[in-house]
Amino acid sequence: MSVCIIDYGIGNLGSVRRAFEECDAHELFISRDPKDLAHAAHVVLPGVGAFRDGMQLLKNAGWVEPIRKATLEDGVPLLGICLGMQLLATTGSEGGDVPGLDLIPGRVVRMTPTADDERIPHVGWNEVHPVDHTHPLLENIHAGSDFYFVHSFHMVPDQAKHAAATTPYCGGITSVLARDTIVGTQFHPEKSSRFGFQLIRNFLAM
Amino acid sequence: MLKVRVIPTLLWKNLGLVKGVGFDSWRRVGTVMPAIKVYNTRDVDELILVDIAATVDQREPDYQAIEELAAECFVPLTVGGGIDHLETIRQLLLAGADKVAINTAAYAHPELIRQASERFGSQCIVASVDARLHEDGRYECFSHCGSQPTGKSPDAWCQELEALGAGEILITSIERDGTMEGYDLPLIANIRAAVSIPVIASGGAGNYAHLCQAIQESGASAVAMASILHFTQQTPAEAKAFMAERGIPVRNIHVQY
Repeated sequence: MSVCIIDYGIGNLGSVRRAFEECDAHELFISRDPKDLAHAAHVVLPGVGAFRDGMQLLKNAGWVEPIRKATLEDGVPLLGICLGMQLLATTGSEGGDVPGLDLIPGRVVRMTPTADDERIPHVGWNEVHPVDHTHPLLENIHAGSDFYFVHSFHMVPDQAKHAAATTPYCGGITSVLARDTIVGTQFHPEKSSRFGFQLIRNFLAM
Repeated sequence: MLKVRVIPTLLWKNLGLVKGVGFDSWRRVGTVMPAIKVYNTRDVDELILVDIAATVDQREPDYQAIEELAAECFVPLTVGGGIDHLETIRQLLLAGADKVAINTAAYAHPELIRQASERFGSQCIVASVDARLHEDGRYECFSHCGSQPTGKSPDAWCQELEALGAGEILITSIERDGTMEGYDLPLIANIRAAVSIPVIASGGAGNYAHLCQAIQESGASAVAMASILHFTQQTPAEAKAFMAERGIPVRNIHVQY
Protein backbone atom coordinates (compact mmCIF):
# COMPACT_ATOMS: atom_id res chain seq x y z
CA MET A 1 0.00 0.00 0.00
CA SER A 2 2.11 2.87 -1.22
CA VAL A 3 1.79 6.55 -0.50
CA CYS A 4 2.63 8.93 -3.34
CA ILE A 5 3.67 12.48 -2.46
CA ILE A 6 3.36 14.62 -5.57
CA ASP A 7 6.42 16.74 -6.36
CA TYR A 8 5.37 19.49 -8.77
CA GLY A 9 8.17 21.88 -7.90
CA ILE A 10 6.75 23.77 -4.93
CA GLY A 11 6.12 22.58 -1.42
CA ASN A 12 7.88 21.59 1.76
CA LEU A 13 8.34 18.03 0.59
CA GLY A 14 10.98 17.21 3.19
CA SER A 15 8.67 18.06 6.07
CA VAL A 16 5.75 16.16 4.58
CA ARG A 17 7.82 13.04 3.94
CA ARG A 18 9.26 13.05 7.47
CA ALA A 19 5.84 13.37 9.08
CA PHE A 20 4.42 10.49 7.03
CA GLU A 21 7.44 8.36 7.93
CA GLU A 22 6.81 9.20 11.57
CA CYS A 23 3.23 7.97 11.08
CA ASP A 24 4.47 4.61 9.81
CA ALA A 25 3.54 5.14 6.18
CA HIS A 26 4.94 2.21 4.22
CA GLU A 27 6.33 2.44 0.71
CA LEU A 28 6.39 6.19 0.77
CA PHE A 29 7.61 7.81 -2.40
CA ILE A 30 8.00 11.32 -3.75
CA SER A 31 7.07 11.34 -7.41
CA ARG A 32 7.63 13.62 -10.37
CA ASP A 33 5.94 11.16 -12.75
CA PRO A 34 2.12 11.16 -13.04
CA LYS A 35 2.24 7.50 -14.14
CA ASP A 36 3.17 6.64 -10.55
CA LEU A 37 -0.41 7.39 -9.48
CA ALA A 38 -1.43 4.05 -10.94
CA HIS A 39 0.45 2.31 -8.11
CA ALA A 40 -0.60 4.61 -5.29
CA ALA A 41 -2.98 3.61 -2.51
CA HIS A 42 -2.89 7.14 -1.09
CA VAL A 43 -1.95 10.41 -2.75
CA VAL A 44 -0.66 13.54 -1.03
CA LEU A 45 -0.73 16.92 -2.76
CA PRO A 46 1.39 19.32 -0.70
CA GLY A 47 2.20 22.88 -1.69
CA VAL A 48 2.93 26.36 -0.51
CA GLY A 49 2.77 29.50 -2.60
CA ALA A 50 0.43 30.94 -5.18
CA PHE A 51 -2.59 29.22 -6.79
CA ARG A 52 -1.74 30.35 -10.33
CA ASP A 53 1.84 29.04 -10.14
CA GLY A 54 0.73 25.83 -8.50
CA MET A 55 -1.84 25.02 -11.21
CA GLN A 56 0.62 25.95 -13.95
CA LEU A 57 3.23 23.59 -12.52
CA LEU A 58 0.68 20.76 -12.16
CA LYS A 59 -0.41 21.26 -15.77
CA ASN A 60 3.10 21.51 -17.17
CA ALA A 61 4.08 18.24 -15.56
CA GLY A 62 0.90 16.51 -16.75
CA TRP A 63 -0.63 15.84 -13.34
CA VAL A 64 -4.15 17.23 -13.81
CA GLU A 65 -5.92 14.37 -15.63
CA PRO A 66 -4.08 11.56 -13.78
CA ILE A 67 -5.07 13.12 -10.43
CA ARG A 68 -8.70 13.46 -11.54
CA LYS A 69 -8.79 9.88 -12.79
CA ALA A 70 -7.14 8.40 -9.67
CA THR A 71 -9.48 10.22 -7.29
CA LEU A 72 -12.79 10.35 -9.18
CA GLU A 73 -12.67 7.05 -11.09
CA ASP A 74 -10.40 4.82 -9.04
CA GLY A 75 -11.40 6.20 -5.63
CA VAL A 76 -7.82 6.63 -4.41
CA PRO A 77 -7.84 8.81 -1.27
CA LEU A 78 -6.12 12.16 -1.78
CA LEU A 79 -4.99 14.62 0.89
CA GLY A 80 -4.32 18.19 -0.24
CA ILE A 81 -2.31 20.30 2.20
CA CYS A 82 -2.52 24.12 2.31
CA LEU A 83 -2.14 25.21 -1.33
CA GLY A 84 -2.68 21.55 -2.19
CA MET A 85 -6.14 21.79 -0.62
CA GLN A 86 -6.91 25.05 -2.41
CA LEU A 87 -6.01 23.51 -5.76
CA LEU A 88 -8.91 21.05 -5.31
CA ALA A 89 -11.29 23.97 -5.95
CA THR A 90 -13.04 24.90 -9.18
CA THR A 91 -11.45 28.33 -9.37
CA GLY A 92 -8.67 30.38 -7.77
CA SER A 93 -8.89 34.16 -7.73
CA GLU A 94 -5.27 35.09 -7.04
CA GLY A 95 -4.20 37.34 -9.93
CA GLY A 96 -7.37 36.84 -12.00
CA ASP A 97 -9.53 33.73 -12.18
CA VAL A 98 -7.60 30.50 -12.73
CA PRO A 99 -9.24 27.07 -13.10
CA GLY A 100 -8.32 24.57 -10.40
CA LEU A 101 -8.45 20.76 -10.30
CA ASP A 102 -12.21 21.07 -9.78
CA LEU A 103 -12.47 18.08 -7.48
CA ILE A 104 -14.51 19.93 -4.85
CA PRO A 105 -16.72 22.77 -6.12
CA GLY A 106 -15.67 26.11 -4.70
CA ARG A 107 -13.58 29.24 -5.00
CA VAL A 108 -10.28 30.29 -3.43
CA VAL A 109 -10.38 33.91 -2.31
CA ARG A 110 -8.26 36.26 -0.25
CA MET A 111 -9.13 36.39 3.45
CA THR A 112 -10.59 39.61 4.82
CA PRO A 113 -10.00 40.51 8.47
CA THR A 114 -13.17 41.00 10.50
CA ALA A 115 -11.43 42.18 13.67
CA ASP A 116 -8.64 44.60 14.51
CA ASP A 117 -6.24 41.98 15.73
CA GLU A 118 -6.61 39.73 12.68
CA ARG A 119 -3.56 40.02 10.48
CA ILE A 120 -2.92 38.51 7.05
CA PRO A 121 -1.16 36.13 6.48
CA HIS A 122 -2.97 33.99 9.03
CA VAL A 123 0.13 32.56 10.72
CA GLY A 124 0.17 30.32 13.75
CA TRP A 125 -1.86 27.80 15.70
CA ASN A 126 -5.61 28.03 15.52
CA GLU A 127 -8.55 25.88 16.48
CA VAL A 128 -10.15 23.32 14.23
CA HIS A 129 -13.80 22.56 14.90
CA PRO A 130 -15.14 19.48 13.13
CA VAL A 131 -18.54 19.93 11.49
CA ASP A 132 -18.71 16.40 10.20
CA HIS A 133 -17.66 14.35 13.24
CA THR A 134 -18.24 11.11 11.39
CA HIS A 135 -15.63 11.71 8.70
CA PRO A 136 -12.79 9.18 9.14
CA LEU A 137 -10.18 11.93 8.63
CA LEU A 138 -11.35 13.61 11.84
CA GLU A 139 -11.48 10.57 14.09
CA ASN A 140 -10.09 11.42 17.55
CA ILE A 141 -9.63 15.04 16.55
CA HIS A 142 -11.34 16.89 19.39
CA ALA A 143 -13.19 20.12 18.79
CA GLY A 144 -10.85 23.03 19.36
CA SER A 145 -7.60 21.16 18.72
CA ASP A 146 -4.92 23.57 17.51
CA PHE A 147 -3.22 23.11 14.15
CA TYR A 148 -0.59 25.19 12.40
CA PHE A 149 -1.78 27.56 9.66
CA VAL A 150 0.13 29.83 7.32
CA HIS A 151 -1.85 31.28 4.41
CA SER A 152 -3.47 34.42 2.98
CA PHE A 153 -6.17 32.83 0.80
CA HIS A 154 -8.84 30.32 1.71
CA MET A 155 -11.22 27.97 -0.04
CA VAL A 156 -14.96 28.65 0.06
CA PRO A 157 -16.80 25.45 -0.92
CA ASP A 158 -20.02 25.88 -2.89
CA GLN A 159 -21.72 23.20 -0.82
CA ALA A 160 -21.73 23.40 2.97
CA LYS A 161 -21.54 19.61 3.20
CA HIS A 162 -17.96 19.71 1.88
CA ALA A 163 -16.77 21.82 4.82
CA ALA A 164 -15.75 19.08 7.27
CA ALA A 165 -14.22 21.48 9.80
CA THR A 166 -14.00 25.21 10.34
CA THR A 167 -11.62 27.62 12.06
CA PRO A 168 -12.52 30.91 13.73
CA TYR A 169 -10.57 33.51 11.74
CA CYS A 170 -11.76 36.24 9.40
CA GLY A 171 -15.35 35.39 10.24
CA GLY A 172 -14.80 31.64 9.96
CA ILE A 173 -12.92 29.68 7.31
CA THR A 174 -13.12 26.11 6.04
CA SER A 175 -10.08 24.37 7.47
CA VAL A 176 -10.89 20.79 6.43
CA LEU A 177 -12.54 19.96 3.12
CA ALA A 178 -13.93 16.54 2.39
CA ARG A 179 -15.79 15.01 -0.49
CA ASP A 180 -15.81 11.27 0.15
CA THR A 181 -12.15 10.23 -0.04
CA ILE A 182 -10.94 13.52 -1.53
CA VAL A 183 -9.85 15.59 1.47
CA GLY A 184 -7.80 18.67 2.19
CA THR A 185 -6.52 20.66 5.13
CA GLN A 186 -5.82 24.38 5.05
CA PHE A 187 -3.41 23.87 7.95
CA HIS A 188 -0.20 21.86 7.90
CA PRO A 189 -0.70 18.49 9.64
CA GLU A 190 2.99 17.72 9.04
CA LYS A 191 3.85 20.68 11.27
CA SER A 192 1.08 20.30 13.81
CA SER A 193 2.81 17.91 16.15
CA ARG A 194 0.67 15.14 17.65
CA PHE A 195 -2.75 16.25 16.40
CA GLY A 196 -1.25 16.52 12.95
CA PHE A 197 0.09 12.98 13.23
CA GLN A 198 -3.34 11.76 14.34
CA LEU A 199 -4.87 13.28 11.22
CA ILE A 200 -2.19 11.77 8.96
CA ARG A 201 -2.78 8.34 10.54
CA ASN A 202 -6.51 8.78 9.98
CA PHE A 203 -5.84 9.56 6.33
CA LEU A 204 -3.62 6.51 5.93
CA ALA A 205 -6.42 4.37 7.39
CA MET A 206 -8.93 5.65 4.80
CA MET B 1 -8.91 32.02 18.04
CA LEU B 2 -5.39 32.46 16.74
CA LYS B 3 -2.88 31.66 19.46
CA VAL B 4 0.12 33.75 20.45
CA ARG B 5 3.25 31.83 19.51
CA VAL B 6 6.12 31.06 21.86
CA ILE B 7 9.23 30.65 19.72
CA PRO B 8 12.67 29.59 20.96
CA THR B 9 15.48 31.06 18.86
CA LEU B 10 18.51 28.85 18.35
CA LEU B 11 21.63 30.72 17.29
CA TRP B 12 24.08 28.52 15.59
CA LYS B 13 27.76 29.04 14.99
CA ASN B 14 30.21 26.42 13.78
CA LEU B 15 27.82 23.57 14.64
CA GLY B 16 27.43 24.74 18.23
CA LEU B 17 24.52 26.49 19.87
CA VAL B 18 25.55 29.92 21.16
CA LYS B 19 24.05 32.91 22.90
CA GLY B 20 25.56 36.35 23.35
CA VAL B 21 24.75 39.69 24.89
CA GLY B 22 24.08 42.67 22.64
CA PHE B 23 25.04 40.60 19.58
CA ASP B 24 28.51 40.03 21.03
CA SER B 25 30.52 37.85 23.44
CA TRP B 26 29.00 34.60 22.21
CA ARG B 27 28.91 31.73 24.70
CA ARG B 28 28.55 28.15 23.68
CA VAL B 29 25.40 26.73 25.26
CA GLY B 30 25.15 23.26 23.77
CA THR B 31 24.52 21.47 20.53
CA VAL B 32 21.57 22.06 18.27
CA MET B 33 20.11 18.58 17.87
CA PRO B 34 19.39 17.81 21.53
CA ALA B 35 17.83 21.27 21.83
CA ILE B 36 15.49 20.64 18.91
CA LYS B 37 14.41 17.28 20.33
CA VAL B 38 13.71 18.78 23.74
CA TYR B 39 11.71 21.66 22.28
CA ASN B 40 9.66 19.27 20.17
CA THR B 41 8.66 17.20 23.14
CA ARG B 42 7.77 20.32 25.07
CA ASP B 43 5.48 21.40 22.28
CA VAL B 44 6.86 24.80 21.47
CA ASP B 45 4.88 26.58 18.78
CA GLU B 46 7.68 27.13 16.31
CA LEU B 47 11.48 27.26 16.15
CA ILE B 48 13.83 29.83 14.65
CA LEU B 49 17.31 28.60 13.74
CA VAL B 50 19.83 31.24 12.69
CA ASP B 51 23.34 30.57 11.46
CA ILE B 52 24.87 33.79 12.79
CA ALA B 53 28.25 33.27 11.11
CA ALA B 54 27.05 32.56 7.55
CA THR B 55 26.75 36.15 6.32
CA VAL B 56 29.89 37.35 8.07
CA ASP B 57 31.85 34.36 6.72
CA GLN B 58 30.28 34.95 3.28
CA ARG B 59 29.18 31.37 2.87
CA GLU B 60 25.98 29.52 2.11
CA PRO B 61 23.98 27.78 4.83
CA ASP B 62 25.01 24.22 5.65
CA TYR B 63 22.13 22.43 3.91
CA GLN B 64 23.15 18.96 5.03
CA ALA B 65 23.21 19.97 8.69
CA ILE B 66 19.87 21.78 8.35
CA GLU B 67 18.31 18.72 6.72
CA GLU B 68 19.38 16.57 9.65
CA LEU B 69 18.00 19.09 12.13
CA ALA B 70 14.74 19.62 10.25
CA ALA B 71 14.11 15.87 10.18
CA GLU B 72 13.68 15.97 13.95
CA CYS B 73 11.51 19.05 14.00
CA PHE B 74 7.72 18.55 13.82
CA VAL B 75 6.79 22.13 14.46
CA PRO B 76 7.34 24.93 11.94
CA LEU B 77 11.01 25.73 11.43
CA THR B 78 12.30 29.10 10.25
CA VAL B 79 15.90 29.13 9.07
CA GLY B 80 18.01 32.26 8.73
CA GLY B 81 21.59 33.27 8.13
CA GLY B 82 23.45 33.82 4.85
CA ILE B 83 20.35 33.91 2.62
CA ASP B 84 21.05 36.10 -0.39
CA HIS B 85 19.70 34.19 -3.42
CA LEU B 86 16.44 32.55 -4.49
CA GLU B 87 18.35 29.33 -5.01
CA THR B 88 19.50 29.40 -1.38
CA ILE B 89 15.86 29.62 -0.29
CA ARG B 90 14.84 26.77 -2.58
CA GLN B 91 17.60 24.57 -1.14
CA LEU B 92 16.57 25.43 2.43
CA LEU B 93 12.93 24.58 1.76
CA LEU B 94 14.02 21.29 0.20
CA ALA B 95 16.16 20.62 3.26
CA GLY B 96 13.07 20.89 5.45
CA ALA B 97 12.80 24.57 6.42
CA ASP B 98 9.22 25.86 6.41
CA LYS B 99 10.11 29.54 6.33
CA VAL B 100 13.27 31.54 5.82
CA ALA B 101 14.41 34.68 7.63
CA ILE B 102 16.18 37.28 5.51
CA ASN B 103 18.05 40.16 7.09
CA THR B 104 21.31 41.59 5.68
CA ALA B 105 20.66 40.76 2.02
CA ALA B 106 17.40 42.74 2.01
CA TYR B 107 19.24 46.06 2.50
CA ALA B 108 21.46 45.65 -0.55
CA HIS B 109 18.86 43.81 -2.65
CA PRO B 110 15.30 44.65 -1.60
CA GLU B 111 14.12 42.91 -4.77
CA LEU B 112 15.15 39.62 -3.20
CA ILE B 113 12.19 39.94 -0.81
CA ARG B 114 9.81 40.64 -3.69
CA GLN B 115 11.10 37.83 -5.86
CA ALA B 116 11.19 35.38 -2.96
CA SER B 117 7.63 36.16 -1.88
CA GLU B 118 6.35 35.86 -5.45
CA ARG B 119 8.12 32.56 -6.01
CA PHE B 120 7.64 30.88 -2.65
CA GLY B 121 4.71 32.85 -1.20
CA SER B 122 4.73 35.66 1.35
CA GLN B 123 3.93 33.18 4.10
CA CYS B 124 7.36 31.67 3.84
CA ILE B 125 9.38 34.90 3.89
CA VAL B 126 10.17 36.33 7.32
CA ALA B 127 11.93 39.69 7.21
CA SER B 128 14.33 39.92 10.13
CA VAL B 129 15.26 43.40 11.33
CA ASP B 130 17.85 44.21 14.00
CA ALA B 131 17.46 47.69 15.52
CA ARG B 132 19.62 49.71 17.90
CA LEU B 133 18.41 52.62 20.05
CA HIS B 134 20.75 55.61 19.82
CA GLU B 135 21.29 57.99 22.74
CA ASP B 136 19.23 60.68 21.05
CA GLY B 137 16.21 58.35 21.14
CA ARG B 138 16.40 57.47 17.46
CA TYR B 139 16.24 53.84 16.31
CA GLU B 140 18.42 52.58 13.46
CA CYS B 141 18.52 49.25 11.62
CA PHE B 142 21.83 47.36 11.58
CA SER B 143 22.89 44.63 9.16
CA HIS B 144 25.57 41.92 9.33
CA CYS B 145 24.55 40.52 12.73
CA GLY B 146 24.19 43.97 14.27
CA SER B 147 27.60 45.23 13.16
CA GLN B 148 26.85 47.67 10.31
CA PRO B 149 24.61 50.75 10.49
CA THR B 150 22.21 51.06 7.55
CA GLY B 151 20.82 54.56 8.10
CA LYS B 152 17.27 53.16 7.95
CA SER B 153 14.64 53.69 10.60
CA PRO B 154 12.96 50.42 11.63
CA ASP B 155 9.34 51.44 11.10
CA ALA B 156 9.93 52.83 7.61
CA TRP B 157 12.07 49.85 6.67
CA CYS B 158 9.47 47.38 7.93
CA GLN B 159 6.80 49.11 5.86
CA GLU B 160 9.05 48.77 2.85
CA LEU B 161 9.57 45.08 3.61
CA GLU B 162 5.82 44.54 3.89
CA ALA B 163 5.25 46.29 0.57
CA LEU B 164 7.90 44.06 -1.01
CA GLY B 165 5.94 41.00 0.12
CA ALA B 166 7.38 39.88 3.46
CA GLY B 167 4.88 37.75 5.38
CA GLU B 168 6.14 38.45 8.90
CA ILE B 169 8.54 40.79 10.68
CA LEU B 170 11.00 39.47 13.26
CA ILE B 171 12.11 42.59 15.15
CA THR B 172 15.11 42.29 17.45
CA SER B 173 16.44 44.93 19.81
CA ILE B 174 20.22 44.77 19.66
CA GLU B 175 20.91 46.27 23.06
CA ARG B 176 18.22 44.23 24.84
CA ASP B 177 19.46 41.00 23.24
CA GLY B 178 20.81 38.61 25.85
CA THR B 179 20.25 41.00 28.76
CA MET B 180 17.04 39.32 29.98
CA GLU B 181 15.82 42.79 31.03
CA GLY B 182 12.67 42.69 28.93
CA TYR B 183 11.73 43.49 25.35
CA ASP B 184 12.06 46.98 23.89
CA LEU B 185 8.33 47.61 24.14
CA PRO B 186 8.19 50.97 22.31
CA LEU B 187 10.19 49.54 19.41
CA ILE B 188 7.81 46.59 19.07
CA ALA B 189 4.73 48.79 19.39
CA ASN B 190 6.09 51.10 16.66
CA ILE B 191 6.58 48.22 14.26
CA ARG B 192 3.18 46.76 15.16
CA ALA B 193 1.58 50.09 14.28
CA ALA B 194 3.64 50.52 11.10
CA VAL B 195 2.74 47.23 9.40
CA SER B 196 -0.31 45.01 9.01
CA ILE B 197 1.55 41.66 8.87
CA PRO B 198 2.34 39.66 12.03
CA VAL B 199 5.20 40.94 14.21
CA ILE B 200 7.47 38.63 16.21
CA ALA B 201 9.10 40.34 19.23
CA SER B 202 12.72 39.44 19.93
CA GLY B 203 15.53 40.53 22.23
CA GLY B 204 15.46 40.80 26.01
CA ALA B 205 13.00 38.22 27.36
CA GLY B 206 14.06 37.26 30.88
CA ASN B 207 10.85 36.15 32.56
CA TYR B 208 7.28 35.23 31.74
CA ALA B 209 5.97 38.69 32.53
CA HIS B 210 8.19 40.12 29.79
CA LEU B 211 6.46 37.86 27.26
CA CYS B 212 3.05 39.12 28.37
CA GLN B 213 4.21 42.73 28.05
CA ALA B 214 5.32 42.27 24.45
CA ILE B 215 1.89 40.85 23.62
CA GLN B 216 -0.46 42.91 25.77
CA GLU B 217 1.36 46.26 25.76
CA SER B 218 3.08 46.19 22.36
CA GLY B 219 0.74 43.98 20.32
CA ALA B 220 3.22 41.32 19.19
CA SER B 221 1.74 38.26 17.43
CA ALA B 222 4.54 36.04 18.70
CA VAL B 223 7.42 36.16 21.17
CA ALA B 224 10.90 34.86 20.37
CA MET B 225 13.37 34.10 23.11
CA ALA B 226 16.70 32.42 23.82
CA SER B 227 18.61 33.32 27.00
CA ILE B 228 15.57 32.78 29.22
CA LEU B 229 15.56 29.15 28.05
CA HIS B 230 19.33 28.62 27.99
CA PHE B 231 20.30 30.27 31.27
CA THR B 232 17.27 29.90 33.54
CA GLN B 233 14.97 27.06 34.56
CA GLN B 234 12.01 28.66 32.81
CA THR B 235 10.34 26.61 30.06
CA PRO B 236 8.06 27.26 27.08
CA ALA B 237 5.30 25.15 28.66
CA GLU B 238 5.35 27.17 31.88
CA ALA B 239 5.50 30.37 29.87
CA LYS B 240 2.30 29.41 28.11
CA ALA B 241 0.54 28.48 31.35
CA PHE B 242 1.55 31.87 32.78
CA MET B 243 0.29 33.66 29.68
CA ALA B 244 -3.00 31.74 29.70
CA GLU B 245 -3.66 32.79 33.30
CA ARG B 246 -3.35 36.38 32.15
CA GLY B 247 -5.87 35.99 29.37
CA ILE B 248 -3.49 35.47 26.46
CA PRO B 249 -4.66 32.79 24.00
CA VAL B 250 -2.07 30.00 23.84
CA ARG B 251 -2.07 26.64 22.16
CA ASN B 252 -3.71 23.47 23.42
CA ILE B 253 -4.28 24.00 27.06
CA HIS B 254 -8.07 23.98 26.98
CA VAL B 255 -8.39 20.82 24.95
CA GLN B 256 -9.14 17.55 26.71
CA TYR B 257 -7.05 14.63 25.51
